[in-house]
Amino acid sequence: MRITIKTIIAALLFLLATQASASADLADAAKGLLSKNYSDKILATETIAASGDPRSAFLLEALLGGNLYATKSGNRLVSREKVSDGYQIKDIVTDEDLGVVQSGDLSKIRINNRMRGLIKDLVGRLTLLNEDPALRLKAADSVFKSRPKEMIVPLSDALAAEADSSVAAAMRRALAALNFVHGDTPEAQAEALLILEEQSDPEVKSLLSAEANRLAAIVNPSPEVQEFAARVDRALAKVDEKLAMLGIIENIFQGISLGSVLLLAAIGLAITFGVMGVINMAHGEMVMIGAYTTYVVQELCRNFAPDLLVYSLIAAIPAAFIVAGLCGVAIERSIIRFLYGRPLETLLATWGLSLILQQFVRTIFGPTNKEVSSPEWLSGTLEITGGLALTYNRIAIILFAAAVLFMLLLVLRKTSFGLQMRAVTQNRRMAASMGIRTGWVDAMTFGLGSGVAGMAGVALSQIDNVSPNLGQAYIVDSFMVVVFGGVGNLWGTLVGALSLGVTNKFLEPYTGAVLAKICILVFIILFIQKRPRGLFALKGRAVEN
Amino acid sequence: MLGLRKVAGVITGAAMLATSAFGLGTAQAADDVIKVGVLHSLSGTMAISETTLKDAVLMMVDDLNKNGGLLGKKVEAVVVDPASNWPLFAEKARELIEVDKVDVVFGCWTSVSRKSVLPVFEELNSMLFYPVQYEGEESSRNVFYTGAAPNQQAIPAVEYLMSEEGGNVKRWVLAGTDYVYPRTTNKILESFLKSKGVAEEDIMINYTPFGHSDWQTIVSDIKKFGSEGKKTAVVSTINGDANVPFYKELGNQGIDAADIPVVAFSVGEEELAGLDTAPLVGHLAAWNYFMSVESEENDAFIKQWKAFIGDDKRVTNDPMEATYIGFKMWTQAVEQAGTTDVDAVRQAMYGQKVKNLTGGTAVMNTNHHLSKPVLIGEIQDNGQIETVWRTEDVVVGDAWSDYIPESAKLIADWTYPYVCGGCEKPMY
Repeated sequence: MRITIKTIIAALLFLLATQASASADLADAAKGLLSKNYSDKILATETIAASGDPRSAFLLEALLGGNLYATKSGNRLVSREKVSDGYQIKDIVTDEDLGVVQSGDLSKIRINNRMRGLIKDLVGRLTLLNEDPALRLKAADSVFKSRPKEMIVPLSDALAAEADSSVAAAMRRALAALNFVHGDTPEAQAEALLILEEQSDPEVKSLLSAEANRLAAIVNPSPEVQEFAARVDRALAKVDEKLAMLGIIENIFQGISLGSVLLLAAIGLAITFGVMGVINMAHGEMVMIGAYTTYVVQELCRNFAPDLLVYSLIAAIPAAFIVAGLCGVAIERSIIRFLYGRPLETLLATWGLSLILQQFVRTIFGPTNKEVSSPEWLSGTLEITGGLALTYNRIAIILFAAAVLFMLLLVLRKTSFGLQMRAVTQNRRMAASMGIRTGWVDAMTFGLGSGVAGMAGVALSQIDNVSPNLGQAYIVDSFMVVVFGGVGNLWGTLVGALSLGVTNKFLEPYTGAVLAKICILVFIILFIQKRPRGLFALKGRAVEN
Repeated sequence: MLGLRKVAGVITGAAMLATSAFGLGTAQAADDVIKVGVLHSLSGTMAISETTLKDAVLMMVDDLNKNGGLLGKKVEAVVVDPASNWPLFAEKARELIEVDKVDVVFGCWTSVSRKSVLPVFEELNSMLFYPVQYEGEESSRNVFYTGAAPNQQAIPAVEYLMSEEGGNVKRWVLAGTDYVYPRTTNKILESFLKSKGVAEEDIMINYTPFGHSDWQTIVSDIKKFGSEGKKTAVVSTINGDANVPFYKELGNQGIDAADIPVVAFSVGEEELAGLDTAPLVGHLAAWNYFMSVESEENDAFIKQWKAFIGDDKRVTNDPMEATYIGFKMWTQAVEQAGTTDVDAVRQAMYGQKVKNLTGGTAVMNTNHHLSKPVLIGEIQDNGQIETVWRTEDVVVGDAWSDYIPESAKLIADWTYPYVCGGCEKPMY
């Protein structure tokens, strides 16, 4: 990388400046953070960063992470750590142990968004040479975002010393951005542009379009500027093209993710409605009961086994299946078995039942939403490249939906219960004369469908509100999927759910969420006109009559 | 038919049980009680927000009775459940006024429910206190609006984001739930932004249905919109519990408040209670009240609320303060008028003063809107909202927005000589 004399001089001046102020007392500067006024705090933050003290990065990180407190008695700046009988506090500057206090004795140093941006930038500059690669990566990213000119030299040095390839890549990108913005010669800028146009990152696009806008606004541009503007435009087009590709991949992923949510919600219904022919309007409430079971399991874990809290979600899966399944069996035995063959009455009865269940849950748990926390391993994103990041919770739900479908297929195909169930569906009287207890099979089938809905509730508790109305939001969608996919066919439900999910996600950017839903509904109505039995129609005696 | 009849019986039984539980002794009708109607949804989508307000009114009534009642009479709350069902709001309002003969009603949350009861209150000349921030463009003789009008919430929030302090935002996403409040607010904001020189292509407007839960596409669209080289902010009029998955998705996709801040007009402490707020630190909310504000009145109010509800973890929020101010003003006006007669109380309401819980004094203006301070706060990791900016003084609520050409010239003033909710010239 070419380093001009000018940049060397700038770097020397910068180093001199930091050396000179290194003597300034960090503790003194930090006192400014006690002010109520944000401008004073910003000034203090800048002084702290300029002090050159080795503790300054530590102090700023504590401030950013919300672990900087002032003691109410002595106005000392401390960091705190929870211990059994209160909070262990340490002086932030001297690291002196100040004993244990209660939370009421401390007041938090608050920051606002403007300070947050500033601190990130400053911490980034201070941690470029940190031992922790994760911190260095963060530092490179924050320099990339703020692009301060004086960082060109320190960043080149850091890059030269960098061993970790992913950090080096981030640094190269940041350096390219710096050179592109502040580069003194067209060559340096052009060279930086070559690196930037290989990126597929919305941030790079943002940088390039800002520059393109600036160049386009120049009145009477010289031929050099014109040529450069053309190069920037070409680079922008290149990045755009990559981002568009990633956009499509992202769209497909989101569609599959929506599809898997629909599949989870609908698959239980595919059994109760599809196989048994019961129009169960209380299906959504089984999902809701599953979600509330998750909440209860998590609360139990929190109170009795805090160490197991991270696994509470896994423990909730069988619990939700059992609770919702038992509810299903109870509903079948007490209401639905009297109404077989009378779809309209079943519809009304289960609708009323769904209202009763909602109000019942509301009375027990209260009308406010319950928080089901996401464990660490389900939060955040899996970054594939710069412009494409998939969220972990969505990936987990896709896998979970696939697992549920697979298990259900196994039960239906490989167990004697599955065999009996299919036998009862195809010809109830024949099955009864073969000695199958059809009443029992009915109850178990309904229980199975409800239990699967309960498991869906576990997944939905991660992406939706755990409220008494949770189920209502999914009941129409579930019926849509089952009817579209073909009544009584699990594969149909799978294809139906995925195709509706993907179509919805491709429509949404053009039409908006409201219109996309309407379009899907209209499409299904038209489709049902053409193929009343859905995508995959079941053939058999049960269907004929 | 036996089975169906049984089921029907169960349903009717449950329904009757529910009505009698919520009715709280409606049978008692005597001259020595003053009746206060409470018209908030206790079931359905809005139950999450509105149940709290019902409890707030009950707490105020309880407090009033402990201190000797009103005009020497006992005050009795009549609670009904309109079940988040907009036409049912009108039926229940009529029932409260005609059958229960209440003297005043505290109620409604969504604008669509207010619009549905409005003709009932006007026809029967009764009085409604509406405690929620709303889109303005309305002033009824029979309604007192104690929540914020757009100039007390939306406009100051956007001005804050445009300022140096707020981050010099140049590009705007207006995201809302698809109904009257977000649509009108966004219409006002759009013309306000254009009047400040924001270009058409720098504004993105997006609507989603009530209870929307799949925010993946919209959040990644916001991310893309924000990567055009200009500072971007999201102005959210997303209502109800759709906010929870929206914020979850923001957190998961790593949209940081320092990059793209989201300022919300319908997210308060109550909504944040169902949420892990650590990834949301720094996103903003604009209200007239935050639970975190330190003042003597607020401390006393929070203490009273926690004691009344019997749960130390419950939070207070802006619509509760609005209910509190409205209720206090009404009792003061009744005492001043010496009667609960609607016309006399209405006259006594104008100029009524109540101390805000956040400091300063709220005043009822003749356009039926309050003068209140405007606060902008950032969400903290403990679920509270910490004030980062507030108006020096109270702001007078403006019924008709100055940024919509048709309504800029309208005046709401229910005293002589105007006596109208929206006219260009005095009526007399």
